[in-house]
Amino acid sequence: ILFCSSVLSPEALVINDPDFQHEDLNFLSRSQRYEQAIRKSALMVMKLREHGIADPDEIYWFKSFIHRGRPEPLDLHLGMFLPTLLTQATPEQQDRFFMPAWNLEIIGTYAQTEMGHGTHLRGLETTATYDPATQEFILNSPTVTSIKWWPGGLGKTSNHAIVLAQLYTQGQCKGLHAFIVPIRQLGTHEPLPGITVGDIGPKFGYDEMDNGYLKMDNFRIPRENMLMKYAQVEPDGTYVKPLSDKLTYGTMVFIRSLIVGDSARSLSRACTIAIRYSAVRHQSELKPGEPEPQILDYQTQQYKLFPLLATAYAFHFVGAYIKNTYHRISGDINEGDLSELPELHALTAGLKAFTSWTANAGIEECRMACGGHGYSRCSGIPDIYVTFTPSCTYEGENTVMMLQTARFLVKSYTQVSSGQQVTGMVSYLNDLSRQRIQPQHVAARAVTVRLNDPISLVEAYKARAARLVEAAAKNLQAELNHRKSKEDAWNRTSVDLVRASEAHCHYVVVKLFTAKLSEISNAAVRAVLTELCLLYALYGISKNTGDFLQAGILTDAQIIQVNQHVKELLATIRPNAVALVDSFDFHDVHLGSVLGRYDGNVYENMFEWAKKSPLNKTEVHESFHKHLKPMQAKL
Amino acid sequence: MALLEPSKYSQGSVLGSVNPDLASERQTASFSVEELTVWLDGSEEHTQKRRAVVEAIESDPVFSRENQYFQSQNERYEAAVRKAVHLQKKMHEMGWTESGPEFKYIYRAVSGDIAFLLHRVFIRSISVLGSDKQIAKWIPLATQHKLIGSYAQTELGHGTYLQGLETTAVFDITTQEFILNTPKISAMKWWPGDMGRSATHTVVFAQLYINGKCYGVHPFIVQIRSLRDHSLCPGITAGDIGPKMNFENVDNGYLMLQNVRIPRENMLNKFCEVQPDGTYVRQGSQKINYFTMTTVRISLISDEVIIPLMKACTIAIRYSVVRRQSKLKPGEQEAKILDYQTQQEKLLPQLAAAYAFHFINDYLQELFNRGYSEIQKKNFNTLPELHAFSSGFKAMVTQYSTSAVQICLQACGGHGYSSLSGLPSLYTRIIASCIYEGENTILLLQTARFLIKCFRAASAGQPVPPSVTYLAAVKPGKCPAKNKLEFLSPDIYTEAYQHMAARLVRSTAAKLQDLIQSGVKKHDAWNQCTVQLAQAAKAHCHYITVKNFAETVEKLKTEAGIQKIMKHLCDLFALHGIFSNAGVFLHDGYVSGAQMDMITASYLDLLAVIRKDAVPLVDAFDFTDKSLNSALGSYDGQVYQRLYEWAQKSPTNKQISPAYERYLKPLLHNTQSKL
Repeated sequence: ILFCSSVLSPEALVINDPDFQHEDLNFLSRSQRYEQAIRKSALMVMKLREHGIADPDEIYWFKSFIHRGRPEPLDLHLGMFLPTLLTQATPEQQDRFFMPAWNLEIIGTYAQTEMGHGTHLRGLETTATYDPATQEFILNSPTVTSIKWWPGGLGKTSNHAIVLAQLYTQGQCKGLHAFIVPIRQLGTHEPLPGITVGDIGPKFGYDEMDNGYLKMDNFRIPRENMLMKYAQVEPDGTYVKPLSDKLTYGTMVFIRSLIVGDSARSLSRACTIAIRYSAVRHQSELKPGEPEPQILDYQTQQYKLFPLLATAYAFHFVGAYIKNTYHRISGDINEGDLSELPELHALTAGLKAFTSWTANAGIEECRMACGGHGYSRCSGIPDIYVTFTPSCTYEGENTVMMLQTARFLVKSYTQVSSGQQVTGMVSYLNDLSRQRIQPQHVAARAVTVRLNDPISLVEAYKARAARLVEAAAKNLQAELNHRKSKEDAWNRTSVDLVRASEAHCHYVVVKLFTAKLSEISNAAVRAVLTELCLLYALYGISKNTGDFLQAGILTDAQIIQVNQHVKELLATIRPNAVALVDSFDFHDVHLGSVLGRYDGNVYENMFEWAKKSPLNKTEVHESFHKHLKPMQAKL
Repeated sequence: MALLEPSKYSQGSVLGSVNPDLASERQTASFSVEELTVWLDGSEEHTQKRRAVVEAIESDPVFSRENQYFQSQNERYEAAVRKAVHLQKKMHEMGWTESGPEFKYIYRAVSGDIAFLLHRVFIRSISVLGSDKQIAKWIPLATQHKLIGSYAQTELGHGTYLQGLETTAVFDITTQEFILNTPKISAMKWWPGDMGRSATHTVVFAQLYINGKCYGVHPFIVQIRSLRDHSLCPGITAGDIGPKMNFENVDNGYLMLQNVRIPRENMLNKFCEVQPDGTYVRQGSQKINYFTMTTVRISLISDEVIIPLMKACTIAIRYSVVRRQSKLKPGEQEAKILDYQTQQEKLLPQLAAAYAFHFINDYLQELFNRGYSEIQKKNFNTLPELHAFSSGFKAMVTQYSTSAVQICLQACGGHGYSSLSGLPSLYTRIIASCIYEGENTILLLQTARFLIKCFRAASAGQPVPPSVTYLAAVKPGKCPAKNKLEFLSPDIYTEAYQHMAARLVRSTAAKLQDLIQSGVKKHDAWNQCTVQLAQAAKAHCHYITVKNFAETVEKLKTEAGIQKIMKHLCDLFALHGIFSNAGVFLHDGYVSGAQMDMITASYLDLLAVIRKDAVPLVDAFDFTDKSLNSALGSYDGQVYQRLYEWAQKSPTNKQISPAYERYLKPLLHNTQSKL
């Protein structure tokens, strides 16, 4: 009911297709994994067109199924190069580049990040200097730190890149602009003269992706290769300014909303594996004389896994909410109404950080809950983890994201303080003005919290967020009062500000989960999801009791009750645990885990898997003849 | 005391000079780095010895880890075997012995990247569990590497719970042999190191059967591979269990036994013996077994946990003063990322923890040595405390350090994810320590069992070990601190920790009691309290760590500069713990809401203070560049140049990838017709 999949069933298309079969990737070297990925990507493009799949959602599912949720070398071509051409190229440029790129004569990537510069875009050092004599831009990587570093597909795959560089014309720097730069010779795929390009080497995961480096030495491109839909450089070097830059917010919101969805999916996969395995694994004894119980019957195991299961469901709803909101307001954006954009932008920044941090830690907890076998690559969790964990950093480093949300929160708080009303998710700040006079903490008014009512718990989270936003804003003001620099004061308050953002995001997640419950028509489904929602909310309180106690939102006695409720919910959810992960509906092929198989035949399949290990290729390993035997002979 | 010449650190460096951003950090150190290093090592002699060992190992090309990040599992395994074999030669050349003072530095110098680690466990298990006769027979063969041993306890379906093992050893009186079998797939031995490809022998733990009666789990020496051509012995199926998150150097293996016969003398029989007529005899105390586990847990804390944590801190902190990002003040240069409060708040508590754990390791060593001398006098009274402490601290230190290394990795932005940063491999290695030698949750529950027992005993006026007398002695009360500065007093925060730990143990004991009195069966009551029990055990270990850190600083009075900075780190470690676990301190009102705000303020103030000494504090760990093996963390801070040069060595850049000819070219040229 909750995870309605596409009618087309890309799963079936891929599973039944012999072209997409290959050896278990865990046994392949990085070069081999890259090669497999390229092979599948090439096939994928042809099959997409063969099957006439053009809907973005369907393409996404098809792609993620072929690559089993892993990155692939054409990601940047499909996800950044083509869309950027569509949004930033002039019609003439689209004529020149779009169809060749669509037909993959041109494979492109998006080269923004440099070795020494990430989040702070204005700090990028690559230069593009306009030469009116030849009507060309001269691209340079003036320092080691300016070498483009990390772009996916750049290392080995692409023959073009959209390069972000500081534009210099008529002796003046005009800031960052995007340029289409050919980097490899069509036909031979050799780097062009003036271009140094290669793979950045092994990483924590992402084995199939050729993240690359790019160094340019006096590399010339025609004037027409600057993306000029907005800003322009005229033949004589005159610079024409763009109209507005708020529009780029839209893309960021969209990509970050994808990460929220990915947090939900990755955590769901890890939970599926850990919970199924915990039902198969037996260990020790709970009752003297009885057979070893399923480890899922231990309270500590339930305490590790069920809150994560609840979190996976919560994030699923949050992801869907952001996506829907984005689609709803992008209509307004096209009509020039940008009023809702700042809040959505601030909210997605924080939720991207909040969900990716939580899922990141949660995946690791799932792995550790599988004991030693979780550490084997056959469990599939190591792979989920290394594929997911960079999302804490890319598309906006999480701490920086939290501080962006905080900026919005402080701004809203300031508005409220000056007597204005704020709307949307931050409207709880309006309540602050009413108790402004109290010198004590905001929520000192006793909220009567009903611990078995999600709606009441939303109020508790709201009070906590309000208290932490207010505390951060006040601390910021105190710093401002005895420091000259705004930046310095901000920096000295940033730990408080991040806490405030986290509390805000936590509130939003509890609120959205709770709101979802009333939409579920099936009574049994609603009942079990209400339990999960309560668990999510109560567990969150038990992990952050300090905030709730300090603000006087909950008493010591209530905290004891919260902990007790959490434990009772664990026992209530236990009988439905496997059904709740089965509902995520991951196919075994997609799950890629011997421990998490649907049929639970774990041990025999671990043995089958291990036999294929590269170390087992020969009965006696060659190192015996090379090292062991000579040593034994000598001693 | 001469400072080390920087050139010593920059071996293999691409550039000679130190990055000015890093050099400037070293000029303002408030203490002598060399003195701190010596103090951490224990004495100047230790420091010299350690450096000599490291130098000898690192100057030998066989031990190079230069291309490690580019190697496949097969290559890593082969290199580890090559190194292990070469190490024997090296030790002989250098005159190092297993019992010598140099030995403990060898593992650090090779960064654990070596084979035959389980061979050592094989030797130790025979020494502990074998009779004198067995020791005389097997130990010389093993020490001379005439055979290579492993230690096969864990099974595919069974880990922590030893009684659940399913492998069988049936005594056959007629032939005076044991017949070993793997009766089903879940009984297959799984995970033992060195067993996948290298070992010729292994100690197998199996259920002993005599005349149809089961006598429980016992150890047996089983030959698994031919000493002549290394082929598998009859009845043996063995191999490598496949790729893991790390430990590519180790051939963790599986083993299946089908009617494998071994002579009666191969059962390790120091404590239990099967006589020729099938009579089973138990002799001596088995308590010593616990002592072996304790030894292993304590030694892994320093080798596998604290050193990697110190390395991760070194890499992340050095990189954070080289990396510049955004502006703190308009018009100025981009700021070093370590100048951001959020970055300090990520890294400096981890640095403080590395020091805290270094000292707790000293504490455990001392406890261990005392216990050991008692045990030699056949006094086993200290064993329960030693066992409970080694379990609890193993769990707490591994869990804390694992998340600390992860924080270090993620604090390095995108470059942290590059293998060349060294952080992914540190992380994937340290995380295994949360599981092996006892899964952490289970270990914490063992500690909790001990604490509950002691609490009950102490409440009843019975004697308990001094480390836990506080459990029954703490009275209800309020934290007396009146302003944020008073929270920099070790007495204030140590007492807060003590109060909190005692409260958690006490309330859990009461809860258990309530449940049992209301008619819940004992084991059910225990299971229903396990979440709280684990929390109480962690709280106890946290308290002891803070207390021990404070006492260590207290004893340091003579060395002013070092004492001062260590005091700051101790304060930071303690206040960070309160800040991050505010709820348990606020609960019952020991710390008030207003006091919590003071604690937060003091904690954040400390970050800025320690920031100034951050680089000298990691320099004092004294890791060479080769040992860090990190493009981000080297002594000279030439981060970007090194990253660029190392990347070019990647096989993906050297070999001609067949991918272009096979797939890309057709894609680039021929698709149009097909589309």
